Amino acid sequence: MTMDWTMWLEWFLKGLVMCLILLGGFAYLTLYERRALARIQTRVGPNRAGPQGILQPIADAVKLIFKEELTPASVYKTVFILAPVITVVPSLVIAAVIPLGGTFMLGGREIALSVADLNVGVLYLTAIASVAVYGIVLAGWSSNNKYAMLGGVRSAAQMISYEISLGLCFVLAVILSALGNPEGGSMNLREIVDAQRGMWFAVYQPLGAVIFFFVTLAEVNRAPFDMPEAEQELTAGYHAEYSGMKFALFFMAEYQKMIVVSLIGITLFFGGYRELWFMTDWFGGALSVDKHWFLGPVYLFIKTFIFLFFMIWVRATWPRIRYDRLMALGWKIFLPLCLALVFITAVGILLVDFTGSRVWIWGVPVLSILCGAAVSAFIYRDLRRKSHGRI
Amino acid sequence: MNSELIVFLVLSLVAIATALGMLFSRNAVYAALFLALNFVAVAIFYLLLGAPFVAMAQITVYAGAIMVLFLFVIMLLGVKDLEPTRALPWQKPLAIALSVILAAEATYVLLAKARTTMMVASPDASLNTMESLRNLSVMLFSDYLFPFEVTSILLLVAMIGAIVLSHRNKKETK
Repeated sequence: MTMDWTMWLEWFLKGLVMCLILLGGFAYLTLYERRALARIQTRVGPNRAGPQGILQPIADAVKLIFKEELTPASVYKTVFILAPVITVVPSLVIAAVIPLGGTFMLGGREIALSVADLNVGVLYLTAIASVAVYGIVLAGWSSNNKYAMLGGVRSAAQMISYEISLGLCFVLAVILSALGNPEGGSMNLREIVDAQRGMWFAVYQPLGAVIFFFVTLAEVNRAPFDMPEAEQELTAGYHAEYSGMKFALFFMAEYQKMIVVSLIGITLFFGGYRELWFMTDWFGGALSVDKHWFLGPVYLFIKTFIFLFFMIWVRATWPRIRYDRLMALGWKIFLPLCLALVFITAVGILLVDFTGSRVWIWGVPVLSILCGAAVSAFIYRDLRRKSHGRI
Repeated sequence: MNSELIVFLVLSLVAIATALGMLFSRNAVYAALFLALNFVAVAIFYLLLGAPFVAMAQITVYAGAIMVLFLFVIMLLGVKDLEPTRALPWQKPLAIALSVILAAEATYVLLAKARTTMMVASPDASLNTMESLRNLSVMLFSDYLFPFEVTSILLLVAMIGAIVLSHRNKKETK
């Protein structure tokens, strides 16, 4: 194995670019969110700093840097300072396996548009997602404040609970990548993207994609699962004692996680960096990623933009869900539903394999949607019967 | 000195230091954190050995699931710094005797076996493919299906046991 310096340079540059994309994405996602929220609520939103408020993130950053930073007297200082860092790092490194585009040639070497092309990419995602809980637990504990600690425990319990359904959603994509592939499925994200050349997995498994969306909302502590934002009723959450730049780091981690889960969702269910599945042959393939590698990041950006809009839309329109109902939703609705979906999908793939006919795969979306409809009817009936009860 | 050796040496130092830190921490939370770091260091060892699947499983299961629950329990119980407790009288001699036996065994294996067998060749990139991962899963669900299922039933029993125990306590307090 030759480790020449160009290889190191390539790795370094790719990592740097990925970090810069996420940091820049974080800054402008805040602006995007504020503007979009304002539009939905018939306001204008920040539009003073620069044209269309384009310099607002810089103004925000300057404000946060110069804010007074308080460290309460009785905190566990080392962990208190480390906790925001531990929260931010997973949100950055998890993006390493996500392919941003195809490959291109530069100076005689093939460069792939992803930091790491792991064969166990999907497992890497679960590993980093499960480590992300530490920052929140530690922030709550080290603050030495019972409200912060309860908030930390609350958020961590929520993340751990929804992680199971998240893992099962990953499994859905891995199983679906075995469709029409005689070698079987793949955990490599690039191969999963390539497996969606003919059809997005979101079409085969629409309910899986929808559940993935809601589970990731809970996983990144976003509305309507944003317990840490509940200041009046729960005294905020794990970051109650944080101020200034340390608080900004938690904020940053949340927004970077939003971007990253959008990227993951797009990679697993919406064709990743590839064009729409029916667009491959348009204009003699001129719009295809196979022909022009630089279209990959462009398509990915457009898809992420739309995905993020859905997250903002949810925040603008739905009230926060009560904590016991949040847990019930995770354990009693999403988890069994995900298990059923995994079963249905696996059976669908096996039927296609045995009969050799692609028609059977359409049983998967039909059965999945039926499952979803049954569950919705159940929730609706239950909420009607006892309006303040548990789900 | 190639880069892999440097990584190995640094990692070994980290692994040993975190293990010692875990042993000597007076605060249970710090001990748990050191242990979690140790798990991550071991996971990177697996990566160095060309076993990314085991590495990811190690992080997900140990650092991600088990240690987080440990931390949870420690924090909820609110453990203060440990008092220096008196050890049981027979504990010290037994520990010394056992560790001497372990050290002797390790030395013997190192001296006797390491010379006769070749150094274990590190698996090259050809092993680290999707194919090997598929083979692993196929083996797990064919040749080793019985142990696999027995293990899962064991875990299920442990889970049900925990639920039953906590339920009984609830009834008693009522």
